[in-house]
Amino acid sequence: MSKSDVSRRGVLKSGALMGAGVALPTIFTAQSAHAFTNEPTGSTVTLGFNVPQTGPYADEGADELRAYQLAVEHLNGGGDGGMMNTFSSKALKGNGILGKEVKYVTGDTQTKSDAARASAKSMIEKDGAIMITGGSSSGVAVAVQALCQEAGVIFMAGLTHSNDTTGKDKRANGFRHFFNSYMSGAALAPVLKNAYGADRKAYHLTADYNWGYTTEEAVKSSTEAMGWETVAAVKTPLTQTDFSSYIAPVLQSGADTLVLNHYGGNMVNSLTNAVQFGLRDKQVNGKDFQIIVPLYSRLMAKGAGANVKGIFGSTNWHWSLQDEGSKAFVRSFGTKYGFPPSQAAHTCYVQTMLYADAVERAGSFAPCAVAEALEDFEFDGLGNGKTLYRGADHQCFKDVLVVKGKENPTSEFDLLEIVEVTPAAQVTYDPNHPQFQGGALGTCNNGA
Amino acid sequence: MFNLEKSDLTLLIAVAVLTLFAPFILNPFPADSAMAQFNAGYPDLMQRFVIFGIFAIGFNILFGLTGYLSFGHAAFLGVGSYAAVWMFKLLSMNVIPAIILSVIVAGLFSLLIGFISLRRSGIYFSILTLAFAQMMFALAYSVLTPITGGETGLQLALDDPRIFGQSQTPEGNIPVPGLFGLEMRDSFDLAIGSWVFTFNIGYYFCALVLIASFYLAIRIFRSPFGMMLRAVKSNQQRMNYTGLNTRPYTLAAFVISGMYAGLAGGLMASMDPLAGAERMQWTASGEVVLMTILGGAGTLIGPVLGAGFIKYFENIFSKINATILHEWFAFLPDGLEDFIVAILYPFIGKGWHLTLGILFMMVVIFLPGGLVEGGQRIAAWIKGRKAGKTTAGGKTEPAE
Repeated sequence: MSKSDVSRRGVLKSGALMGAGVALPTIFTAQSAHAFTNEPTGSTVTLGFNVPQTGPYADEGADELRAYQLAVEHLNGGGDGGMMNTFSSKALKGNGILGKEVKYVTGDTQTKSDAARASAKSMIEKDGAIMITGGSSSGVAVAVQALCQEAGVIFMAGLTHSNDTTGKDKRANGFRHFFNSYMSGAALAPVLKNAYGADRKAYHLTADYNWGYTTEEAVKSSTEAMGWETVAAVKTPLTQTDFSSYIAPVLQSGADTLVLNHYGGNMVNSLTNAVQFGLRDKQVNGKDFQIIVPLYSRLMAKGAGANVKGIFGSTNWHWSLQDEGSKAFVRSFGTKYGFPPSQAAHTCYVQTMLYADAVERAGSFAPCAVAEALEDFEFDGLGNGKTLYRGADHQCFKDVLVVKGKENPTSEFDLLEIVEVTPAAQVTYDPNHPQFQGGALGTCNNGA
Repeated sequence: MFNLEKSDLTLLIAVAVLTLFAPFILNPFPADSAMAQFNAGYPDLMQRFVIFGIFAIGFNILFGLTGYLSFGHAAFLGVGSYAAVWMFKLLSMNVIPAIILSVIVAGLFSLLIGFISLRRSGIYFSILTLAFAQMMFALAYSVLTPITGGETGLQLALDDPRIFGQSQTPEGNIPVPGLFGLEMRDSFDLAIGSWVFTFNIGYYFCALVLIASFYLAIRIFRSPFGMMLRAVKSNQQRMNYTGLNTRPYTLAAFVISGMYAGLAGGLMASMDPLAGAERMQWTASGEVVLMTILGGAGTLIGPVLGAGFIKYFENIFSKINATILHEWFAFLPDGLEDFIVAILYPFIGKGWHLTLGILFMMVVIFLPGGLVEGGQRIAAWIKGRKAGKTTAGGKTEPAE
């Protein structure tokens, strides 16, 4: 082994060197004086659009990206202005944000928390993004939200439906416009009661991850409250593509309703399997067998084809809504891309507008100022009617749509029909509701 | 010095210089130029370079020396991350105990998995490790959600105990990982002209660990133990027939490389305090195999190069989108511009996997020794094409 001569002088010398080395970076950091992370100093401001471009939610990601590009165009004064004209707040003038031209960078989340965080970090550290938005999965949203909190930038969540995003894992720098599992359950229950009665036995198939759990819990508790009985709740692996072995036991269980707490490809496959097994033609307990899909999207309905006909579910927004905001958005999206936007596109567009508007109203890009402007902000004209961004948990409260697979679709986009628009009051809950307990917002972080 | 041969010492010094000056080397383009897109000198990516470098060095001790191809090494990385984050939650935000625990936990797991898997060799060994890793991934993703946070990943919270630290900062935020008061995410920007170089504390911490692990790897490669591992690779049967039990040696190599993976996982969590189950998935295990082969299996520097190469592609190429391409080729006539963009588009942005796949194929076909062989060939060509072979005393030595 190597010889080592340890002398007093040597130890002192190296100690002093190390001390200097340790002290050096702290001196430097003190000098880098910025009021907050990535304070835009030039004539432009950079937003980070972090969406899944590969993986199971790539379709949603592509649609989100289209919406973001449209939003940037409108913010910079291009196009027809879209929902900027119908938005109740008139702070945006079409000259960028606070007079700075809006630029953007994109990244691929791969629907993996790690990759999403790496991508968001590079946007913050390399490209100087002042706000991060996007995502099509709750796991990713929660992970990126926590990162933005640490780094001191605002996170405007994209499509994320799990209760935890604004419940257990909420953060002061994170905001969600999309609805959540609880709201789905609360909106669906009365409609289901009217359609199928108060005496049903439900069997749940649940995607075995965070979003699945909260959705199962939400639907279970709201259907049980109106008299339904839950026979069983079975977890299915997220990677499952063939659900036959899970569908077969459903009939033996004596259940007369199947709830599919699945999203994306999972839902397409499980629903197709269930229909192929002839579940919907069966009679159990003297009632027609029914299937329910708590979270619907047009892209999923397209994947499942004719199988969705007559099946109930909930959705955040649908392009066939007839309010001025929705019509303006569908028009400008359709003009640019040639087809109507999905709900993922809608929520992402709205989030970008809300952020830009909050910066204008606050008169500053500083995250804490923006957060203050967003908290308890009431607005209208962005689809969904009157909406409140609640300060207590940074969740939007607005009308929820209960939809049904259309019996006679007229086009490949016209797959869902709106059964009921559930008013916001009916889906509003207390911030300390048991399904949302266990987290704290903390305080907003401006970074440095 | 350090009990190394001269050529190894040169290599160690080269690695040390490269890592310590990485902020300069990786940022060759001015910050406001169009080429700034290709700059990789921001803290997160530099940290990833060295962390995956450590991971690949460790993997190479097993694969490069013994030839045992483990397809489940990401599991140890994941276990290390979880251990580190739990340390942050329970103990304090100091990275030292977190990293020590992550190495120990990864070592224990690799001892168990190695003990079982090493009963078989070749493809059966690979499948066994893959099965274990997928099992651990599935457990972390759903069954063990209370311990691992499931799909969302294990995160810090404001109400964690942190008995030797503080649960939250006076401003009401979650404290960040640090080393006795030095925050890992603190950076200092040095602007020289229009160049901006970022020096990040977390990066330099990782870099020092990388240099130490690289030194340790050299010592293992050059030790009698390393020689025994190479013998296992050349002909294990013959060794068994001479009456020598190779199992303890292979198990030791497996545990060492598992601990390296745990170290990488611990560092990863120290840089970014979140542990997700995805980093244990089989694709993550496959990635380290790619890194090692791409760089040059059995060589000392190869895995580090391979790790850097893949991470560069993942983070830089994936961020080039159609708009940026259009900006680059804006000087061309419209039709031609669209044509060139249409041709290049499938290979950048979300198509970075495709580019990487093609490069990997080319490396395997034309440079079986990986990037290191490419470097050697170029060196030989510069020296005036002295025969076809490189001299053995060069930068690297293949394991066989």
